[in-house]
Amino acid sequence: MFRRLDDALTPAPVVGLTVDGTRIEARAGDLLAAALLAAGRGLCRTTPVSGAPRAPYCMMGVCFECLVTVDGMGSRQACLVPVREGMVVETQRGARVPGR
Amino acid sequence: MSAPDLPARCDIAVIGAGPAGLAAATIAARAGLSTVLFDEQPAPGGQVHRAATTTPLADPVAILGVGQARGVALARDCAASGARILSGATVWSVAADGTLGVSLAGAASPVVARHVVIATGALERPMPIPGWTLPGVMTAGAAQILLKTGGLVGEGRVVLAGCGPLLWLLAAQYRRAGARIAALLDTTPRANWIAAARHLPGFLASPYLAKGLGLLAEVRRSVPVFGGVTELRAEGGTSGRLARVSFRRGARAEESLDADLLLLHQGVAPNVNLALSAGCAHDWDDAQLCFRPALDAWLTSTVESISIAGDGGGIGGAEVAEARGRLAALGALRRLGAGDPGGMRAKAAAHARAEIATGLRGRAFLDTLYRPAEAFRIPHDATLVCRCEEVSAARIREAVALGCPGPNQLKSFLRCGMGPCQGRMCSLTVTEVMAKARGVSPGEIGHVRLRAPVKPVTLAEIAAMPTSPEAERAVLRG
Ligand code: FES
Repeated sequence: MFRRLDDALTPAPVVGLTVDGTRIEARAGDLLAAALLAAGRGLCRTTPVSGAPRAPYCMMGVCFECLVTVDGMGSRQACLVPVREGMVVETQRGARVPGR
Repeated sequence: MSAPDLPARCDIAVIGAGPAGLAAATIAARAGLSTVLFDEQPAPGGQVHRAATTTPLADPVAILGVGQARGVALARDCAASGARILSGATVWSVAADGTLGVSLAGAASPVVARHVVIATGALERPMPIPGWTLPGVMTAGAAQILLKTGGLVGEGRVVLAGCGPLLWLLAAQYRRAGARIAALLDTTPRANWIAAARHLPGFLASPYLAKGLGLLAEVRRSVPVFGGVTELRAEGGTSGRLARVSFRRGARAEESLDADLLLLHQGVAPNVNLALSAGCAHDWDDAQLCFRPALDAWLTSTVESISIAGDGGGIGGAEVAEARGRLAALGALRRLGAGDPGGMRAKAAAHARAEIATGLRGRAFLDTLYRPAEAFRIPHDATLVCRCEEVSAARIREAVALGCPGPNQLKSFLRCGMGPCQGRMCSLTVTEVMAKARGVSPGEIGHVRLRAPVKPVTLAEIAAMPTSPEAERAVLRG
């Protein structure tokens, strides 16, 4: 869905994170939602009501479609969280599990 | 436990680090008042100057245009002014006494300000069409943020649809970045051109004229543009993602395009959530089809300790936002009785007001030309209005037929507006759908009532908030 304009960018260190157990690479400074979209893993969650898949929609903290679990904390907005080396990300299925 | 970097008090709290917030905080800090600028994003700039200082694009001006340089200058001036800029800080409540609830790095704290400037800018107007919740459908603004912050562009068959300057700007930026756009579907109603013509004299003097015409020409040279689109539908494939965009142009037969990414946009509206929750009065603006706060000549709201600067007070664009930021800060200094060496304040305010007037000249033309068609604001029955709780337009109309009078009651009927976005994605649509169904004006229906916290905050954060002796006395006996 998205590609990186590699030739037009300043160099940046690579940051490694895992998404549902798979390692992906991002650029240092990426927003988590951007890193997910660039890696082709934009499906962040399914809805609690009908189980429909959702992906980031607004990229500015408004729509809450980008909710994922980050390092064990549920329902974080991936479009507001910068990536960090070793970050563990899980997509969310349906309603939140209580206690997370 | 309190957030380690949060001050307990300050003279002026500014919320939002776009052009208005940066300009306001700079003026306040230069006048010697302790000023804190809170911003939810990782770096200042707001959406218009998003990632101005942090973009990975090696030559941002070549792709994004000259506006980007302004963002860098504003952020630099603000940093030099002595204002404290707190990025990554979410303000989830503002009270009339100037107390803010703020979360930073997973901890929440109250911050007490003598005056608050809300500069939370604009949101993209919802564009509820069938299939707009499918993965592969996003806003044009979102695509622009991905370009600015990550150097990302859409891949495959990219379709842009809607109306308004941002849609054309994004198309031009994609072209300069070497990204292909399969089609631009323009939903600007043809009749708008005639209605807008009478505002043309004002627009001829506006700085937007040359810029706008240049953009339209640049895009039309490289992108197939389909004008007069009256119906639009996103369709999913077997993968559950977007596969196709179908559309109609008036009475013509339906047309269809394969698509991997659909970017929607139909203008922006003030982000009023924080100001509404603080009790600032708002009125319906029929020209801009939105609620906007009632403000005095110094941009003070109906709550004396709160001013509203920038697009949050009505859409004016980046330059107007900057001037409004300065004016709001001058008003705050005046209210707090800060010194006025040489009586410069009145002069600076007059200057800001003149800049605002110049910037707004021509706005009527754009508002009328890009007024979104009713079909894209008040959708058909099957279309989802509330994305969070998956409520269709039909169910809202049923609730109205059962006697539900407004959006607040609708919450208990359908949970519409009670999902995590707290109505940000649906409230304008809900108000207009209900107004049409009841045959009254949107102003009479009103905006859904908002209460703090206006952003989700964990119970743990609230429970860990430091308490004041007064608050403890209120709950402890003896
Ligand atoms: S993409 Fe909309 S809140 Fe993150």
